[in-house]
Amino acid sequence: MRYLPLTDDDRKVMLNVIGAKSVDDFYIDVPKEARLGGKIAGLPDHQGELAVERHLSKLAAKNRSASSGPFFVGCGAYKHHIPASVDMVVQRSEFLTTYTPYQPEVAQGTLQTLFEFQTQVAALTAMDVANASMYDGSTACAEAAVMACRVTRRKKVILSGGLHPHYAAATKLLCEAQGLDVVHLAVAVDGEMALADAVDDETACVIGQSPNIFGTVTNMSGVADAAHGKGALFVSVFTEAVALGLVTPPGEMGADIAVGEGQSIGVPLGFGGPYVGLFACTEKLVRQMPGRLCGETVDADGKRGFVLTLSTREQHIRRDKATSNICTNSGLCALAFTAHMTLLGDKGLRGLALLNHEAACDLADALEAVPGVEILTPRFFNEFAFRTPMNAEAVLAMLDEAGVVGGVRASRLFPDEHMGDVIVCAATECTTPEDIEAYAAAMKEIV
Amino acid sequence: MTMNTQGRPTAPTSTTVSAIETVSGSRGLLQAEGLIFEIGTAETTGVDLPAPQNRTGRLGGVARKVPTGLPGLSEPEMVRHYMRLSQRNYAIDLGFFPLGSCTMKHNPRLNEKMARLAGFGDIHPMQPQATVQGALELIDELATWLKTLTNMPFVAMSPKAGAHGELAGMLAIRQALIARGEGETRKRVLVPASAHGTNPATAVQCGFIVDEIKANARGRVDMDMLREKLKHTDDVAGIMLTNPNTCGLFETDIKEIADLIHAAGGYFYCDGANFNAIVGRVRPGDLGVDAMHINLHKTFSTPHGGGGPGSGPTVLSAALAPYAPVPFVVKNGDGVFSLVEDVDGEASESFGRMVAFHGQMGMFVRALAYILSHGADGLKQVAEDAVLNANYIAAKLKHVMTPAFEGYCMHEALFSDAFTADGIETLDIAKALIDEGYHPMTMYFPLVVHGAMLIEPTETESKATLDQFCASLESIARRAAQGDETLKGAPYLAPMRRLDETRAARKPVLKWTAPAADTVAAE
Repeated sequence: MRYLPLTDDDRKVMLNVIGAKSVDDFYIDVPKEARLGGKIAGLPDHQGELAVERHLSKLAAKNRSASSGPFFVGCGAYKHHIPASVDMVVQRSEFLTTYTPYQPEVAQGTLQTLFEFQTQVAALTAMDVANASMYDGSTACAEAAVMACRVTRRKKVILSGGLHPHYAAATKLLCEAQGLDVVHLAVAVDGEMALADAVDDETACVIGQSPNIFGTVTNMSGVADAAHGKGALFVSVFTEAVALGLVTPPGEMGADIAVGEGQSIGVPLGFGGPYVGLFACTEKLVRQMPGRLCGETVDADGKRGFVLTLSTREQHIRRDKATSNICTNSGLCALAFTAHMTLLGDKGLRGLALLNHEAACDLADALEAVPGVEILTPRFFNEFAFRTPMNAEAVLAMLDEAGVVGGVRASRLFPDEHMGDVIVCAATECTTPEDIEAYAAAMKEIV
Repeated sequence: MTMNTQGRPTAPTSTTVSAIETVSGSRGLLQAEGLIFEIGTAETTGVDLPAPQNRTGRLGGVARKVPTGLPGLSEPEMVRHYMRLSQRNYAIDLGFFPLGSCTMKHNPRLNEKMARLAGFGDIHPMQPQATVQGALELIDELATWLKTLTNMPFVAMSPKAGAHGELAGMLAIRQALIARGEGETRKRVLVPASAHGTNPATAVQCGFIVDEIKANARGRVDMDMLREKLKHTDDVAGIMLTNPNTCGLFETDIKEIADLIHAAGGYFYCDGANFNAIVGRVRPGDLGVDAMHINLHKTFSTPHGGGGPGSGPTVLSAALAPYAPVPFVVKNGDGVFSLVEDVDGEASESFGRMVAFHGQMGMFVRALAYILSHGADGLKQVAEDAVLNANYIAAKLKHVMTPAFEGYCMHEALFSDAFTADGIETLDIAKALIDEGYHPMTMYFPLVVHGAMLIEPTETESKATLDQFCASLESIARRAAQGDETLKGAPYLAPMRRLDETRAARKPVLKWTAPAADTVAAE
């Protein structure tokens, strides 16, 4: 077997050194009735690289990749171009095949990258500090809610009706497991400001999203003010990190905690994971943060270096009193984010954001020109919702026949909301004028 | 060009050793490298994008006021920057990485190649299910392997890492208790003192109360204490037990533990972090387990990536399966795969959704590539070789170090610091291993062993590597026993000397800030 270096002779010699007759001796503590004699039945034996590659390639060929034609799906994951050099960095063995940097003398590569990542995320969100990543945006959102309850010693969490429904579900689940109350405001295309009216003296935090699930961008400063007026925290969520190059970032709105999905920068679509959760907050909340933090220090010779720090918040030290149970995070995706963000720089990010916005504007213009189509999102970055005169599922199926992957039907996101005629679609720098033309032409045929 | 050998010395002429300081700060192949903020500018970019037209009409004025100020680098600078940083990392591709409980085994490159196929890497989680049938089929195929290898009827695929899988299992237990009308009364979860920190942290995240059980002299659960703890049963939610446990030992009484916890009305959560020691030889479903997460990044060799991403599919017993999280993949009668995404219909008792989308697809592809490569026969060999390698290390070092417990171990060898002279501790031995060219073992864990040194070789190491490592560690151990003070200064040969963690925590510097204007002017 190609991944196993021991030879049968090695095994014999080693058993001799140990003084064991066979490897069975090592398994004597296994209850007799649970010891398996031979191989587990019903599973195939080992295969060569060629056979495995053939099998998996066959499965891959059954899927339609986002690059294979006009593609307009968003809702929390976005098709962006990733420069070739980013994946080359990610595939460096020294990054790919190392562990959490608990031995900083031999992990400065990872640690310095995390320090750069934290700085980039803090700047992007306009927040004071950021951690070294979470699993993804949705789990970061859930962690923000329970953190706000810890900080405020209150038990009520209010979610906007524009929050990504998966984020809302993950947050509700974690909060309710901990005996916290979750209020979910009515689903609305443009309803983030309703949080300002909903906040009360018992509220730990309000959670709003911009751009939200329908693509609506909102300056939620008024929500932040209202929350702070009641002693609550404002958690600002985003699922499209590229937007922060152009739209008002959480810090400029007075957010106490900013959480979001970093996939758009450096991380492939990959059918939903692995992604990279971004988590930032104000300086004064840092000791209540979940997850790993990398900090600057010096070594015994006085040279600058980096270490994991403030770990007394974490499960491996604090166990049942930790701020979170998170251990493994999303280190390699954070590296991809950092490498891509480093290529972009502020100038590139802003240019990229503008291209996204302009593509979406062109798409909206083209669809709006189709009789019967109504754009529902009043202000957007690269994603918006529109109403079709027909059932959205049928429209998407017909678009698919025309070779266009047209977006996500709102009824998949909100099955209980009677939004059967609404589609959410996104455009990015990957969207070409021909793609937009194809979409509009197909829509004209359909409706 | 060619190098002319005429007229220049072709053999070293000086053997003088001196500590050479360089102007650049580089040390030969080890290049000095600043932070991107020190070498890039906000005007530089390493991407060539079409010029935007600066149309912001549909933003409605919700525009960023202050630029990020983030620096950019050209592509050659970016590549060189991260290449230089990479050289400051130890990695499994570079050498032996015997980090106990972390399972640092070889990561086959085929897995990386497969995960990057456009049909897996470039598909969107929300595109129509008819266009991702191959992806759903792959999830189903991997799920079948995991269920068969564990003899468990259901697996939740969406958990993002091991600790997230623990959360899945414990939330399923919580939901089952709620369904029994005992959600408010059964809050106590038994957790051994030797458990990973994630276990008690997860229990608390789910609203449970942790009740700690001690280990006995053999490193297993103290059964008398367990029976004592189970005298009162009406508040018992379950037990979280790692098996093989964090001492690298199989829990001898595991069947009885399962029976006791079930008799008490609780559920058995098994932490499957160490499944790699028993895969193909023991099925957790035969041991009375109700839930167990599987770290794909340990047992099934998806890369650790410097701390993630992981993946933690969680197998569930028939008792817990109805409460599994959404989404999950089902195969319909017509051979079409579909996702059950809503808490409704066949998922009406589900505890809900833990995370956006469907799990760590990129890790699923890698894990399945690994599993198919090994097959049923190879996976069994994986476990046996991992256990053989660990016992070999234990046997070679037991005369110079102090084994924490008697008898054979499973996939990792555990030593205490009892053999060291006063003043020398585990940390010093770990750092000295760096100078020998190895990544240190896991240190000070599990907490039940003083100065613990947990060595996990995995199955992907050759006998020659193990022999060399044992020779190095034996030499360090002898120096530690003799009180060799030079160990306190190790490492001497790494890119950095020991780092000041106290200073980092006292006044945390968590991001780069531009030096004040006057310091810049003074330079």
